[in-house]
Amino acid sequence: MQPENIHRSRTVDAGTMQNELAAFKDPKLARGLIESIGKLAPEEGATLMEVCGTHTVAIARNGIRNLMPESVRLSSGPGCPVCVTSNRDIDAVIALARIPNVTIATFGDMTRVPGSTSSLLKEQAAGRSVQICYSPLDALALAKANPDRQIVFVGVGFETTTPLVAMAIKRAAAMGLKNFSVFAAHKNMPGALETLVKDPDLKLDALILPGHVGTITGTKPFEFLAKEYGIPGVVTGFEPVDVLQGIAMIMRQLHEGRAEIEIAYARGVMPQGNPVALAAIDEVFETCTATWRGLGDIPGSGYRIREEFAQFDALKRFQPEIEPTINPKGCRCGDVLRARMEPSECPLFRKVCTPENPVGPCMVSSEGSCAAYYRYY
Amino acid sequence: MCLAIPAKIAQLDGDGMATVDILGVTRSVSIDLTPQAGVGDFVLVHAGFAIEVVDPDYAQETIDLIKEFPDLAGDELPAATA
Repeated sequence: MQPENIHRSRTVDAGTMQNELAAFKDPKLARGLIESIGKLAPEEGATLMEVCGTHTVAIARNGIRNLMPESVRLSSGPGCPVCVTSNRDIDAVIALARIPNVTIATFGDMTRVPGSTSSLLKEQAAGRSVQICYSPLDALALAKANPDRQIVFVGVGFETTTPLVAMAIKRAAAMGLKNFSVFAAHKNMPGALETLVKDPDLKLDALILPGHVGTITGTKPFEFLAKEYGIPGVVTGFEPVDVLQGIAMIMRQLHEGRAEIEIAYARGVMPQGNPVALAAIDEVFETCTATWRGLGDIPGSGYRIREEFAQFDALKRFQPEIEPTINPKGCRCGDVLRARMEPSECPLFRKVCTPENPVGPCMVSSEGSCAAYYRYY
Repeated sequence: MCLAIPAKIAQLDGDGMATVDILGVTRSVSIDLTPQAGVGDFVLVHAGFAIEVVDPDYAQETIDLIKEFPDLAGDELPAATA
């Protein structure tokens, strides 16, 4: 049983911890789990969705799809934040980049995502200022070092990333920074998952839930999937043994006819999540309807900056004029994100659309399903 | 994008910042979201922020559970096909 208190803090020597973490790559442990999955898999078959893009990559890189019994299908979900960002949001960032004196600070993946007629990379080539950041804190440092420029951070990402950006905004407020703002396109997972489990064409039997979203949220936001829809879910980590353990626990639930939300990643996920991070999200953001590529408008699935922090909202500060949306011709990213087709079923895959020359975002991001399938299958 | 890497806190630097060791590389990260973290703790680092203190006891418990898994699966089913 896991205790309700926040944490047991224990100083560990690095060697012990490294050994413990190395176990999650141990082939012997993996073999036992693969065997269990084979024994427990329902005869009538099962379709599992890995929700998270980092899981898509872990599954592809470790060949886990090929280790599954024939009756078990793993399908990739919408958990790549860059991929689900709508064309309109990308066009908004491009419009912000075109405002004189603005520097766009962004995670690297975003620069190559094509909008309606341009991309941040193209804008950079045309002389606009675009800086790649590893952390929202880098954007704060940029603002501090360049008081004569306006730094706009592109806030994309799910519950894992949202509290970091909330903290960056709180830090900017505390520092009295006048030249820092955020284009907030953050999203949360539950509404998107509800859309997917309700889709009669997908017939999902269970969900492999994202470990580091769970680190922040805990299991509560996912409970409705089990209670209302009878869909079992296991929150798990990203090492091969973590993923296999998650799948084995799902198989056990299916075998026993249970539907619960369980944690296979106890070292990184507490049932109640991270209360400090949840409070930070709630202080700075409020939920709103968000447009997801492939899934459309989902009420409550987006985060916008609260009125109290409106001075850090780049849309309010600059009110950019956003060009009319044009979706790339022939691109089926929407269907891939909805799991209606596998990347290789898209007519553009590998022929017109490649990581070097991506047509849609799922081929741009290293976590996109198309990029993962291109690289590993 | 939701990748987070375990890192060991080497030093607390004040103002919610700490110096960590990530697989031999030293980096400055924010501990705003894990104010309880202290020197010697392992934390999960995502985009420059510690987002959780990794509990080594839970890591060991999980490994023990995984080791039991094949036996549990075997006990529950009449015939193993693998």
